[in-house]
Amino acid sequence: MTDATMAEPVLVLSGLNKAFGALKVTDGVALSVAPGELHALIGPNGAGKTTLVHQISGMLRPDTGSIRFKGQNITALPPEKRARAGLARTFQITSTIPSLSVLENVALGVQARAAQPLALFRNAARDESLNRPAWAAIEAVGLTERAHVLAGRLSHGEKRALEIAMALTLEPAAILLDEPLAGVGRAEGERLIALLASLKGRYAMLLVEHDMEAVFALADTVSVLVYGRVIASGDPASVRADPAVREAYLGEEG
Amino acid sequence: MSLASAAVPAPVTAPARRRPLVAIALFALLALLPVAVSLGLPAHWLTLVTRAMIFAIAALSLDLILGVGGLVSFGHAAFVGIGAYVTGIMITEGRSEIMLILPVVLALCALFGAVTGFVSLRTRGVTFIMITLAFGQMVYFLAQALSAYGGDDGLTLYERSTVLGFDPFRNRIGFFYLVLGVLLACYGLVSVIVASRFGRVLGAARENATRVAVTGFHVGRIRLVAYVISGMIAGVSGFLLANQTEFVSPAYMSWPRSGELIFMVVLGGVGSLHGAIIGALAFLFAEDVLSGWTEHWKVIFGPMIVLFVLFTRGGLVGLMRKLGVGRHD
Repeated sequence: MTDATMAEPVLVLSGLNKAFGALKVTDGVALSVAPGELHALIGPNGAGKTTLVHQISGMLRPDTGSIRFKGQNITALPPEKRARAGLARTFQITSTIPSLSVLENVALGVQARAAQPLALFRNAARDESLNRPAWAAIEAVGLTERAHVLAGRLSHGEKRALEIAMALTLEPAAILLDEPLAGVGRAEGERLIALLASLKGRYAMLLVEHDMEAVFALADTVSVLVYGRVIASGDPASVRADPAVREAYLGEEG
Repeated sequence: MSLASAAVPAPVTAPARRRPLVAIALFALLALLPVAVSLGLPAHWLTLVTRAMIFAIAALSLDLILGVGGLVSFGHAAFVGIGAYVTGIMITEGRSEIMLILPVVLALCALFGAVTGFVSLRTRGVTFIMITLAFGQMVYFLAQALSAYGGDDGLTLYERSTVLGFDPFRNRIGFFYLVLGVLLACYGLVSVIVASRFGRVLGAARENATRVAVTGFHVGRIRLVAYVISGMIAGVSGFLLANQTEFVSPAYMSWPRSGELIFMVVLGGVGSLHGAIIGALAFLFAEDVLSGWTEHWKVIFGPMIVLFVLFTRGGLVGLMRKLGVGRHD
């Protein structure tokens, strides 16, 4: 993927609104992610970050506004169609198939893009056309030695890495990462940050994260979400210096 | 273990493949039963095991959607009933040829599965259980209303199906092996489906439907296909049941019958396929033995079921694993 030079953004949100009753969780959100860009989305708890990711991935429908992906309006598409179009995501609470092995979990993603994703009579476990790309994704996230372990038995950080491998098999144009470092210990966290850094530039990524150190180390662009509104957006240094951001968010963190 | 370069596939060797030893032993034992009967085992066993194998086909088909797909259908007996009634009505109308009956059974079960599945699969959990039960009861009452074909009393058949003009179903041992063959074929078919790409997605959706959807699969459509396949296999069991009992009755598709099928699957071990077969055999044997002791056998059978569910997780197959027989995970 060398299209990082292209100016056209992969993902464009414009005028996105979502309310649960009287509570506005997404309030006129507009942001875009360019190819190869790592765009971090930060904000205090309850700012509506996960709700926003749900809307982009299709698990929630925005009330108004539009989501464009690779130049197409995907606002009304169901999640599986967005995934097949190359929009991958990970979850704040890790989401894998616990009774399948790492290899099988990742091969599931390969299968979704295969010629016959649902062949009824062809054995899946021994299918090298599924396993070969899966091994490459597993290698990329450093889980090779754990490939035959059931996903349910992985450590928390390994599950995070597995989710990222599953996202990679979709050959994504953009990856939505919902707090990939949440609940992960120091050593595993550092490994995940290195993993994200290794993917940087190859995929457009929207990273929701609480770990400020990671965000400012990785991000090309940072947007700050407070009460559903983007209050600041720009390169890390200018966002860090923004007084409104300091007051609303960074100040609280100390 | 060594880290291989990305160019080399399968850098870490997979654990040895598990062999279905219990299933092989089970089918071998079943195949030897007529020999055992000729050597002095009560002849009544042949009929009993034939009947149990017919129910095993229905339980096996239920295990595909219940055990693998995680869809607790409480109306599965409807498919058995449709298969039995199509067979009964066609034989009564002088169309006893299997080559005529089976396509109609399969087509009607597929149609019924597609329509009811389309509606019921929009729901989850208890609602799904209730809606499948409701569809099952609809067919039950429809059969009761078929006054031309016995209505409430059921329909007695005066002949069995023929195969290309011959009637191999007359011979008890021949019929036994035919049912065993169908059971083996269904077991093979369901096993292949479970191990396929389709089966992997179906099983994955049971555990985490959201993950499967964001990976790019339409979960509802996959479940509907499984539901239809499962219903068609259950229809075949209904066809065999009508031929064995030479009688069809609305009771074949009443909701307690659906409950019994669920229990057979749970008794044997959910999702293991051969467990459904073992469950059906155990269920019919227990029923046979207990009803021989007393006419109030259900008073004993009910609590037995409760105790069994409470104390054996994973059913009989799980119990065997604990005792060191069969596969370990």
